[in-house]
Amino acid sequence: MAVPVAFFAVFFAYPVTAIVARGLKTDGTWQLGRIGDVLAQSDVRQVLWFTTWQALVSTALTLLIALPGAYVFARFDFAGKQVLRAVVTVPFVLPTVVVGTAFMALVGRGGLLDELWGVRLDTTVWAILLAHVFFNYAVVVRTVGGLWAQLDPRQEEAARMLGASRFAAWRTVTLPALAPAVAAAALMVFLFTFTSFGVVQILGGPTFSTLEVEIYRQTSEIFDLSTAAVLTMIQFVAVGSVLALHAWTVRRRETALRLVDASVTARRPRGAGQWALLGAVVATVAVLLLLPLAVLVERSFGAGGLGYYRTLTEDDGGVFLVAPIEAVGNSLQYALAATAIAVLIGGLAAVALTRRDAGRLVRGFDALLMLPLGVSAVTVGFGFLIALDEPPLDLRASWILVPLAQALVGVPFVVRTMLPVLRAVDVRLREAAAVLGASPWRAWREVDLPMVRRALLIAGGFAFAVSLGEFGATVFIARPENPTLPVAVARLLGRPGDLNYGQAMALSTILMIVCAVALLVLERLRTDRTGEF
Amino acid sequence: MLLSLRAATVRFGGRAVLDAVDLDVAEQEIVCVLGPSGSGKSTLLRAVAGLQPLDAGRVLLDGHDQSGVPAHRRGVGLMFQDHQLFPQRDVGGNVAFGLRMHGASRVRQAERVGELLDLVGLPGASGRAVAALSGGEQQRVALARALAPRPRLLMLDEPLGQLDRSLRERLVVELRELFGRLGTTVLAVTHDQGEAFALADRVVVMRDGRIAQSGTPLEVWQRPADAFVARFLGFENVVEAAVGDGAAVTPWGKVPVPDGAPQGTRTLLVRPAGVRLVPVEEGLRCTAVARTFRGTHVTVHLQPEDAPRLEAACALRAAPEVGDEVGVEFDEAEIAVLG
Repeated sequence: MAVPVAFFAVFFAYPVTAIVARGLKTDGTWQLGRIGDVLAQSDVRQVLWFTTWQALVSTALTLLIALPGAYVFARFDFAGKQVLRAVVTVPFVLPTVVVGTAFMALVGRGGLLDELWGVRLDTTVWAILLAHVFFNYAVVVRTVGGLWAQLDPRQEEAARMLGASRFAAWRTVTLPALAPAVAAAALMVFLFTFTSFGVVQILGGPTFSTLEVEIYRQTSEIFDLSTAAVLTMIQFVAVGSVLALHAWTVRRRETALRLVDASVTARRPRGAGQWALLGAVVATVAVLLLLPLAVLVERSFGAGGLGYYRTLTEDDGGVFLVAPIEAVGNSLQYALAATAIAVLIGGLAAVALTRRDAGRLVRGFDALLMLPLGVSAVTVGFGFLIALDEPPLDLRASWILVPLAQALVGVPFVVRTMLPVLRAVDVRLREAAAVLGASPWRAWREVDLPMVRRALLIAGGFAFAVSLGEFGATVFIARPENPTLPVAVARLLGRPGDLNYGQAMALSTILMIVCAVALLVLERLRTDRTGEF
Repeated sequence: MLLSLRAATVRFGGRAVLDAVDLDVAEQEIVCVLGPSGSGKSTLLRAVAGLQPLDAGRVLLDGHDQSGVPAHRRGVGLMFQDHQLFPQRDVGGNVAFGLRMHGASRVRQAERVGELLDLVGLPGASGRAVAALSGGEQQRVALARALAPRPRLLMLDEPLGQLDRSLRERLVVELRELFGRLGTTVLAVTHDQGEAFALADRVVVMRDGRIAQSGTPLEVWQRPADAFVARFLGFENVVEAAVGDGAAVTPWGKVPVPDGAPQGTRTLLVRPAGVRLVPVEEGLRCTAVARTFRGTHVTVHLQPEDAPRLEAACALRAAPEVGDEVGVEFDEAEIAVLG
């Protein structure tokens, strides 16, 4: 317990506070009046308004499109279901930069739709909304579908036997049971889209800007730290309230539902209506999820086959100090280190949270662990730079800075994945080991560890994928000669010319493949008990 | 005494689940704690095992106070209600677990595992997966696992609870035989009186965290300590009665009592076999309202006028049909004055 707390204090709370203080404190006194000043600016209000409404619309759109998918995955049994489930999840672990790039290739200038019909969406909000749906489709399918699959159909049957019509049974029995899961998924989607950075940065152009993008702009382009600090605090409050709501719905979801094994509730679709629904869902997945990725891959080959890939190995001396391909090695190293840190910290936190005597304080920590998901990654990254620059914590020159920042984002995933599994380990198994002569530590090693090893791997995989794609914080602290893949992609996209564009596509494709492979490996390990993501 | 509890008390949120319990178990004795669910019998085992700290009182093993001794150093065995076999280990791995924890060599482990699997009637099962075992087999593996480190006291929590009836009846005989042969000291808890009577040298009946009665199965069966124990053992004909010399006044009229029975206002038990059917005009007039076939006899519920129902055990041929009117007499040999 002490280790995760210390980790969060030093590498999260301290940098964030430091940068907020830097922005709002002059000559040692707080300038809280700045908050009012900043809020009074019309462009800030506009950013706030846009951030909120695009998040709301993205969430609604995602629910609308993904709920039928959740139903299909929960209740239907069909050939290729496992593959489709994996495909649906790939976008969620994809780096935001890749998603932005893929949608650029689909709906942007010179993109597929532009070529075919002259349709361009990259100057409209639609590109952002679609990319958000793309991203979060899996969140809804997994959280809602996962629960739906485990709801006992006999509950509905019991309602029917008591005289309820098919719809009335669904509305009075299934829907109330699902509602907390839908709410939790919606809040998660809202959170992710509210703090969206990479996608908006690439697709939003100069017109559209979320809080996170605006914080980045204020910090790195305008150097207006006090505005950035106020924006950070606004985002912090917003995210904090959403997380509190989320924790509440999750708790409600955990209570009092009779769950059955998911494998017994699905059956083959029957009748034209159900087959049509299945077809529609598959078509949605193909158009919305697969098409952008396919276009991305296609663009990366450009006119000359592997040309773009080949140039990646050349040191162009322009955008980077090194050959772009070295970003792959950097990314992998950083991500591995970040994964190790995240699994260690997250694992310890999860173990502390499962202890039966865990009090209110510890349970509060549970919600706190989720904060890095929502606090501006840009702020964290910049905070690292200004806060961790003095002995004994002078890490500015150290390579460990990047993995530390990435691990912060990975920890919530590790905790969320490990908690349900750890909670599912019957304490009496531990007691059985104790009575047979095992000390508490020995009992943990002999009983818990073998059972959670799989979950640990899955948690590690998630942390790896998330670290690999982390952009907001890394863009600040990665050194110019050691860029990560997402940073390299963003830099390439920021430059004109076909070669840079093609190279960005090629690097994105590589990144996508690494993430997808990591995910597919995980998918083989996954059991229904492991986690919410 | 191998095991002694002295005023052992456990409270869950103000409610005493174990309320100042005193209990002694001698070397090689088989003691069965019997009680309805919620009477604190599982908590008793957990307290002895060291899994549940006491709020007051002491647990002594071989005369040594066990407070502060963690579960894994007490050297007692506990067989859990639903076995709690380690799912990721095979049968051999489960049985060998305690031996490994005590640092036995591999050779010794393998030897002892083979020995125990033979003992519980599963020879050669060492490599089987736990999930593939039937309920009875799991129970045997759990027993072998608990016995393997040679605990000085073996505790069983509802050892046969989840098995079907015929298997249970067979296993209970096997268990008693096995414990007798090994000289194991056993403290078992169960809610099933048949199981307790078949297994135990001594039965301890618990109620609301206290010991209601302790004695040999025969003693407990013949003279339940009070109305609660009598009803828990399945007796229905329990009433308040004014006991005088040689007879008691009950709602059913005058009932004969054995010589030397305590006098005054007492609880009276009439065992079903003590309710004899006679022609209507010769005894208490009753109407038969229900009959249950029990295999060797028929249990008949009889409703007298203005008095509680009576349960009678009748021979198959002599049992009245529902609705028949019969007379009832009482047999002094099957009547007990309690407390």
